[in-house]
Amino acid sequence: MKKLVMIGNGMAGVRTIEEILKLEPEQFEITIFGEEPYPNYNRIKLSNILQGDVHFDDIIINPLEWYKDNHIQLYTGEAVVKIDTKAKKVFSDQGREVQYDELIIATGSKAIILPIPGANKQGVTGFRDIKDCELMIKLANQYKKAAVIGGGLLGLEAARGLLNLGMKVDVVHLMPHLMERQLDHVAASMLKAELEAQGMNFLMEKETVEILGDERVIGLRFKDGSQIEADLVVMALGIRSNTEVAKNSGIYVNRGIVVNDYMETNVPHVYAVGECAEHREIVYGLVAPLYEQAKVLANHICGKETEPYKGSVTGTQLKVAGVDLFSAGEIHEDSTTKSIMVHNEYEGIYKKVLIRKNRIVGIVLYGDTKDSTRLFRMLTKQEDISGMTSVSILHSECSGAGNTGDDVASMPDDELICGCNGVTKGVIVEAIKTKGLTTLDQVSQCTNAGRSCGRCKPLVASILSHTLGNQFNEKAASKTSICGCTTLSREEVIEEIKTKGLTSVKEVMNVLEWNNEEGCTKCRPAINYYLGMIYMDHGMDDRDSRLVNEKMHANIQKDGTYSVVPRMYGGVTTAKDLKKIAEVAEKYHVPLVKLTGGQRIGLFGVKKEDLPSIWKDLDMPSGYAYGKTLRTVKTCVGSQFCRYGTQDSMALGIELEKKFERLDTPHKVKMGVSACPRNCSEAGIKDIGFVGIDGGWEIYVGGNGGVDLRPADLLCTVKTKEEVMEITGAYLQYYRETANYLERTSKWLERVGLKHVQEVLADKEMRKALNERLDKTLKKYVDPWNEAIQSKEIQDKYYMKHTIKVGE
Amino acid sequence: MIKTIRRIPVAHYSNLKARTGYSIRIDDKEMALFKVSNGRVYALENRSSHPKGGVLSEGLVSGEYVYCPVYDWKISLVDGKVQAPDNGQVRTYKIEIEKDVVFIVL
Repeated sequence: MKKLVMIGNGMAGVRTIEEILKLEPEQFEITIFGEEPYPNYNRIKLSNILQGDVHFDDIIINPLEWYKDNHIQLYTGEAVVKIDTKAKKVFSDQGREVQYDELIIATGSKAIILPIPGANKQGVTGFRDIKDCELMIKLANQYKKAAVIGGGLLGLEAARGLLNLGMKVDVVHLMPHLMERQLDHVAASMLKAELEAQGMNFLMEKETVEILGDERVIGLRFKDGSQIEADLVVMALGIRSNTEVAKNSGIYVNRGIVVNDYMETNVPHVYAVGECAEHREIVYGLVAPLYEQAKVLANHICGKETEPYKGSVTGTQLKVAGVDLFSAGEIHEDSTTKSIMVHNEYEGIYKKVLIRKNRIVGIVLYGDTKDSTRLFRMLTKQEDISGMTSVSILHSECSGAGNTGDDVASMPDDELICGCNGVTKGVIVEAIKTKGLTTLDQVSQCTNAGRSCGRCKPLVASILSHTLGNQFNEKAASKTSICGCTTLSREEVIEEIKTKGLTSVKEVMNVLEWNNEEGCTKCRPAINYYLGMIYMDHGMDDRDSRLVNEKMHANIQKDGTYSVVPRMYGGVTTAKDLKKIAEVAEKYHVPLVKLTGGQRIGLFGVKKEDLPSIWKDLDMPSGYAYGKTLRTVKTCVGSQFCRYGTQDSMALGIELEKKFERLDTPHKVKMGVSACPRNCSEAGIKDIGFVGIDGGWEIYVGGNGGVDLRPADLLCTVKTKEEVMEITGAYLQYYRETANYLERTSKWLERVGLKHVQEVLADKEMRKALNERLDKTLKKYVDPWNEAIQSKEIQDKYYMKHTIKVGE
Repeated sequence: MIKTIRRIPVAHYSNLKARTGYSIRIDDKEMALFKVSNGRVYALENRSSHPKGGVLSEGLVSGEYVYCPVYDWKISLVDGKVQAPDNGQVRTYKIEIEKDVVFIVL
């Protein structure tokens, strides 16, 4: 086997290895050196990590198992410091020496750090890798003011992330306009206005000359003598190729490591790919061209015929919430270009297409980027547009997905459709044909296309339409089906259940011709919920269609143990219950006893097989801390003891919890009851919150204190406890009947509108009917822990662990 | 190298309920045993190949697949392969059934 060594463990390099493994899985013995202590991760998503949308684990592209499975020797946290191109050996900073037959340099790039006094102070960082992200998140916890130097793509994404982390952010930019390499001044000023509205402060045409402070940064000084304060400085001025090792080893380097159209350097058997490589005087920093390079290099190294890499035209978009922009090619008019422009100031939309000799050479879109995929294709394919009107160039929506059908037909199978995930047309067509896919959702789920930035979705839709031919139903394809197993939406499924009288999950999947006979984790719990909602009093719950926590009536923890949280109505307990909990914790050696966020006590790290006996010893009802149901009713002390309390919040909380506990709802529901507007129970961020006032209660709805932070809206004010119960019952039942499964009340309320819900609940007959249906439903529930203790069958099926010792 | 093949009886076939996972510990190895709707029985290592993957015996079973209860990866019971768009593979064990006794072959 030939020895293949790669220096660098980033996206472009590892993609090359993936392509090689696809072509020639047995040809090479592969060694990879990576300076960062991680497997290959999706660097594009770093700004999402900073903005808090995703977690590090979610951006790993190739987990360590992948290296193991493919027999790749990976050295992380280890840099190669020298290459002996004559002896064909590399040397690492750990003194390791590895022989190669072929060597790929994929060292990527690093953030440019301004060579100004103070650049090495604590609190100054680039924005380039996990380490930088972690530092920024850490500093955001301790400090308030951040300055981002650089008003380009990276700088603005970093600034948005720092805003999300609660910092005040100044963006310092040398030029008069933001993103001047991608935007003209019109689009740039629209962008600036939007970002200012989001809370960024801009210092334009400022040249930073010094970073102030002793050991750690306290501010910046500019050329004009002015200063600002800053506890964190992020330099986002661009990237510089990592070329030291190549340069020191006699490989020709200009701005990057210079390569030809087959990614070969000037030294035989040494290649460069990715952000460290310079091809035809261009160093690319976006993922799509790097993946193209990876493909060419993989083919070349494996000795396959391949088209040379001829360079790429790249498109740019900004990953900042509330900003929709796209730019590609040239930005500024000159004497040889003609432009088509639309500037709708009222709606905040700006589109400009630059044309030279009947071909699109530049695109700038702001506010509406629906046309970006189609225009970008016209640009890269250099399509002749002389037959088109300016309206048809700028407006694709009127003609729908069909008009790109011809393009799709003539597109070669290996054309990259989704640059983010490297999905080609061929892969999509193959998936549609072999797996019988009919919706965009399904295609995304199966192939990953369109799952990252989403820009390719219109193109994926036209491939779907073209592949299915006249079986394609545009409306059906774009509608949101409840999962990949069916094309039916929630409304259609519910309608079918009612009209056909379907009564079990299995029957629904069968009669409605699910393409996946036994469903999946998305549809089965949803159907089970809808059935339980429609047939109020039937005991037809399909326990095996519930996900693990609800099936086990306990929360699964990351190591496969469970947690037990008994009910403590209104957060009120007794010495007797506390003793029982303490005894159970001791008897079963429970590793963690903790007060939960919902005013209860949780026992964590319980073994599955211990669950029934713990429940038996506790002799308390389940707190449903695991369920799509009423979780807790948090209360303050209220008028019983508190000098401010105007109402008996504990009593109301307990009554609410006792009435609505165990009720299946589309998603979890939390309540809070406060006895006065000081609101110690934080009722303003609960699904339903009650605030006592003199002579009555205010009822708040749609609050959320979690992922989707949202203050609650005042639904109404009532006088008596009876009215509270009536409104709450009607509100809950209306939510149960109209929300999508897994839709929290906050999202649901925004979708249907507060006013609409108020109108529904204002109708006395409607309230009565809703409450009747709810009360009928509530009758069917029993405590699940007690049920498990009584039933040997349930214990055997769900809680038994079979341990077999061999040789005993 | 001589390899000892061990056949370990783990369950009575008639006691297994379809579409249910059973966790079985043999020495220090934890396995998940499944009987699917068509009556076939499969055994896998009881852990998804996701770096923080969950125990598979608690996952939802659909056809000849199980969904990891923690990260929702879809895993083939037949060959342990993780289905697209995720990837990876979970170790599988051979099953033999004789006169109602289910054996795992190690």
